[in-house]
Amino acid sequence: MTSTRRRRRTPATRIRRALFYLLLLAIAVFLLFPVYWAGKTAVSPDQEIYATPAAYVPHDFTLQHFDNALSDSRFLRSIVNSLIVGGSVTAISILLGAFAAYALGRFDFRGRGAMRYIILAMSIFPQIAILGSLYKLLTATQLYNTLFALIGTYLIFILPFTVWTLASFFQQLPKELEEAAYIDGASSMQTFWRVMMPLAAPGLAATSILAVIAAWNEYLFALSFESDSSNWTVPVMISNVGAQSSAYTIPWGDQMAASLVVMIPVIALVLVLQRRIVAGLTGGSVKG
Amino acid sequence: MSPKPSGSGATLATRQARLAWLLMTPTMLVAAVVALYPAVTTVYRSFTDDTFGGTSHWIGLDNYSKLLHDTAFRSAMWVTIEFTVLTVATEAVLGMILALALHNAFAGRGVMRALLLVPFAIINVVSASIWKLMFNQSYGVFNDLLVGKLHLASQPIDFFGTRTSALLSVSAIDVWKTTPFVALLLLAGLQTIPADMHEAAEVDGAGPVRRFFSITLPLLRPALLVALVFRTLDALRVFDVFYVLFGARADTTTMSIYIEQNIVDFGKAGYGSAISVVTMLVIAIFVAIYVGLNARADR
Repeated sequence: MTSTRRRRRTPATRIRRALFYLLLLAIAVFLLFPVYWAGKTAVSPDQEIYATPAAYVPHDFTLQHFDNALSDSRFLRSIVNSLIVGGSVTAISILLGAFAAYALGRFDFRGRGAMRYIILAMSIFPQIAILGSLYKLLTATQLYNTLFALIGTYLIFILPFTVWTLASFFQQLPKELEEAAYIDGASSMQTFWRVMMPLAAPGLAATSILAVIAAWNEYLFALSFESDSSNWTVPVMISNVGAQSSAYTIPWGDQMAASLVVMIPVIALVLVLQRRIVAGLTGGSVKG
Repeated sequence: MSPKPSGSGATLATRQARLAWLLMTPTMLVAAVVALYPAVTTVYRSFTDDTFGGTSHWIGLDNYSKLLHDTAFRSAMWVTIEFTVLTVATEAVLGMILALALHNAFAGRGVMRALLLVPFAIINVVSASIWKLMFNQSYGVFNDLLVGKLHLASQPIDFFGTRTSALLSVSAIDVWKTTPFVALLLLAGLQTIPADMHEAAEVDGAGPVRRFFSITLPLLRPALLVALVFRTLDALRVFDVFYVLFGARADTTTMSIYIEQNIVDFGKAGYGSAISVVTMLVIAIFVAIYVGLNARADR
């Protein structure tokens, strides 16, 4: 935080203040304009979307595009699929990852440093590089073209991320807590379940949301491992809205309406939980 | 280690270590199945003529020597590297400006910081298609602004027309999407710099620019490095935004798209694996550069 001293309002400081707020305005427009444009397009009738010069505020208002997007059963199916995949992979990662994070964050054991590097290496590993091997593995186990294919392969990037961020949350908890629990006769695992997990709840929440968003966002595996449209996830569905129609007229209204349906809940969730999300995004990197 | 006797015979330290390994086991098993095994088989398969389904023979370095003369791969590598350098450099500068601006105390700071999360919350495929709409040559808003409102161009620009313009356009999308992430990491770093350091320097007569380069930047180096490493690794693996914007267009194929094409579309498992291995090496080189730069700066 900068100094809280009161400065005298000279013309020079006023100009600097004005410039500063202008910069803030530019930042806000930069961040929000694409979202506004998607929303504007979604509620505008077609003739306005394709009109020149462009209308910056919708003159006519229509919900037709939302109706079109939501009446496509594949779209609703893709949302359900994404929720199943995101929820499952997050639940598995949190459960397995919390054990590993507890070990890495609270125990001093030989090989801990090596383990941390293995986890880090796994999270920076280019998923694309093992696409072929995963494809073979999935066809051999008959998991290709099932949602299990995505739940299993998403662990590659979600599990290490979970371990890494949870370990940094565990590390921040004071040592006295465990010592008190030990003195009371609790075993390490009792301490884990009854003391550490409840205290790490904010960290667990932040990590879960980030994990769900990462799964929700994934495109390459979803595109490569699901051939059947009933197994499409949201990104594959969105990229296919209008793919079957004429190549020259992309149904932008429908696509933006579908986009809005999948992005507004996430934006709302992220804004509501912003403090925890920022802690989750930065905690694992700055303090880890 | 301080061995303490306990009732069960084993020392506390060994019991702790045993439990730690037990706790690590599920994660390590998953890592072995979904990451290590596929990585090892990818390297092995890169020395074969595997095509999924058909027989597979050991062909030594044939895939690699073919790769040396593969102009499509070389183009994909350069597209990816140019995109990475362009976006990461822009994001570092813009992210720093954003972080420094939002580090100030002002009314509405909380709201502004929350807005940083908006692009982050939007999935890549969606942000790519929003920008694709805005970039449209006939009814896109950017052309409307440039030609109709600001009169900076005499006729609508085809933003995806040439390789260079396509690369700049796709970079703009990435910059929009991930600069806030860089800014958030830098903001967290800025918060760890004690305010009295700046005040002391100000008393000593150091101006804002001087203070930035001799206090803020050096102290921010760890946070900046983490942000740059994350962004670089992500940029080198880029797939979604290029794929949504350009599909299989040859001059904008990235390394990831080239691998996906060879493996999924052409079924060339062996050759695709060799490309994967080289891609991993390119990424490793970038990581080594960062580690080297950081070590040199530490001296």
